[in-house]
Amino acid sequence: MFMKFLRIKAIAKKELIQIWRDPLSLALAFMMPVLLLLIFGYAISLDVDNLSTIVYDADRSSTSRELIDELTASGYFSVVRFADSQREIDTYLDTGRARVAVSIPMDFAKTVRTGGTAQLQIIVDGSDSNTATIALGYLSALTELYSQRIAGERITPLIETIVRVWYNPELKSRNFIIPGLIAVIMMVIAALLTSLTFAREWERGTMEQLISTPVKPQELILGKLLPYFLIGFIDMVLTVLMAVFLFDVPLRGNVFILGIVSGVFLFGALGLGIVISIVAKSQLVASQISMVATFLPSFLLSGFMFAISNMPVPLQIISHIIPARYFIIVLKGIFLKGNPLRILVMDAIFLLIFGAAVFVVANKKLQKKMV
Amino acid sequence: MKKTSERIKQMVIKEFIQILRDPRMKAIVFVIPVLQTLVFGFAVTTDVNNVPTAVFDLDKSFESRELVRRFEASGYFNIRVMPGSPAQVQELLDRSTVTVALQINPKFGTDLLRRIPTSIQLLADGTDSNTATVALDYANRIIKKYAQDLAGPPSSLSARVDVRQRAWYNPELKSKNYNVPGVIAMVIMLTSLLLTSMAVVREREMGTMEQLMVTPLKPVELILGKTIPFALIAFFDMILITMLGVLLFDIPINGPLLLLPLSTAIYLLSVLGIGLFISTIAKTQQQALMATFLFYMPAVLLSGFMFPIENMPVMFQYVTYLNPLRYFLVIIRGIFLKGNGIAILWPQMTALLLLGIGVFALSAFRFKKRLG
Repeated sequence: MFMKFLRIKAIAKKELIQIWRDPLSLALAFMMPVLLLLIFGYAISLDVDNLSTIVYDADRSSTSRELIDELTASGYFSVVRFADSQREIDTYLDTGRARVAVSIPMDFAKTVRTGGTAQLQIIVDGSDSNTATIALGYLSALTELYSQRIAGERITPLIETIVRVWYNPELKSRNFIIPGLIAVIMMVIAALLTSLTFAREWERGTMEQLISTPVKPQELILGKLLPYFLIGFIDMVLTVLMAVFLFDVPLRGNVFILGIVSGVFLFGALGLGIVISIVAKSQLVASQISMVATFLPSFLLSGFMFAISNMPVPLQIISHIIPARYFIIVLKGIFLKGNPLRILVMDAIFLLIFGAAVFVVANKKLQKKMV
Repeated sequence: MKKTSERIKQMVIKEFIQILRDPRMKAIVFVIPVLQTLVFGFAVTTDVNNVPTAVFDLDKSFESRELVRRFEASGYFNIRVMPGSPAQVQELLDRSTVTVALQINPKFGTDLLRRIPTSIQLLADGTDSNTATVALDYANRIIKKYAQDLAGPPSSLSARVDVRQRAWYNPELKSKNYNVPGVIAMVIMLTSLLLTSMAVVREREMGTMEQLMVTPLKPVELILGKTIPFALIAFFDMILITMLGVLLFDIPINGPLLLLPLSTAIYLLSVLGIGLFISTIAKTQQQALMATFLFYMPAVLLSGFMFPIENMPVMFQYVTYLNPLRYFLVIIRGIFLKGNGIAILWPQMTALLLLGIGVFALSAFRFKKRLG
């Protein structure tokens, strides 16, 4: 495993020149994280509010209007239409113009006044199950409150629940998504950048030229990795700065630890791209494999947005070998929880092992192909 | 005219040989949609179940145990640990071992027996805001139900409004019913974009584009020859995912199935058009790959696939009108879940068709110009 620094430097320099000559790719490498972060920060939110709601008020009494006001005042529902008939509700839900329908029967106010039990019908478009679940939760809380109020009694419930939310007290989805997104972006950039490096050399026939030089596999890998490491790290700094200053995501932990763990993660991610590149030998194949091996798992199986505890057991087991899983724990820990190193050390060690393993595999594969 | 179709046919055959010559590529065309469907069907679930929970029970009475039992029996909470001190609770939340912690105070049981209002503490890790919101709602309901059960039958005055809640189209509120049809749209977009843009650029990178140009192939024939194979692959993927969805995940098909290939064809017009467009910008395969991604990610995020469009700021909502994925998702989900037919879906289909014609014409024009 003897390596010459000079040769690594030479390879890195060659690679840098090649990157520099392709300014479009370089620009895309910096635009991608910025664009993704902007979209996630500004455009996307899992918070459920302003749900388009259609109301069929057959009663048209002050009581029923009061209920409707209560729903809109909550901010979760915005009434897009007052229907003239029950049929209209069907049309609005079918065409997706409304996601929630509230139907108030004709004798609503009268029944309530005489002390009977009035029936209220609520229909939710369940095709988006997440929004529907949350909307139903809001609706039952609101109607229950309303029901208690018009009953004129404010019986203190037997059990009062005191709820406290830690780390993200306002439950902003932005705070939850952005730290995890940094890991996904790093993984995507790594896949896009390195997965084509060796494949390109093979395709263009320049690999043979490299083989004929005295450069050793490990030197070649490190030399090719370094420039991309630089780009990746700049992306990393860029995203962290944007998260903190543009999106006000709290950064409660140690920035220095964040930097080191990010470096370790980046090394492993780039290394994985290189392994793919060595094995695939063709750019088309490499791009497809890297999609399946890096982007999809880090996006979907890492706990970035979808809780791992919800997945079936085999997928939970698979998630253990996905580096993004550990990096996301570290990122969320440092950003939101202000975790000390003591708590994050196991995750960092795993990332280190992953990086080392990937480097060894890349070496072995390249050695075989170079002979 | 006969010649034209013959030339296109030859070109398509050549293209197929080239793509599928690499045995790994054959596998990829098959494996990518299957993997994506499996992952989305099994893993991508925003259903909140089995939330890891800690119970810090300072009371250890019959009542507190009954409440804990109800938490467990609900299926929403999975009680992992019974910590012995507040510091331990903190540690569990810090380490993300649990997401929710329930703290029951010492006098809980005796207070309840005497019918004195008592309190209970619920701690949630807000890092995952979605899970936290839903889990807290479930927890509140369980606690409220318990309190009601203890208080005995409701007095005639309370609960004067009886709410009937129903969820249409997906009554059990299953995430997979929402996600799996969407995978069709995603897979078609990614594979078609990547294959089209990279295949054209590769031809240019390797210098074989010149060879194609000296043949009697007309530009239009070249464009068709380059896109038809990927369209066929896209159709194959569509059928594959639909079969997986129906057979493995029990996704209902409530609408006319025939509408699916028709709308896929319209959708492909835009997608292949964009792929061609990228190929006219990119000089190398690396650029094509990155440009594809630069388009693909925002297109997925701003389509309503995972994030509701109504939640977006108005400006972004307008941007989504230019996104073919947006329309196709409405169509697919309409066909699968809502049982919509052409009577309801025609606005989306028209929009998609117009968008497709526009994008394809623009790309073909640029493509021709670059050839000449």
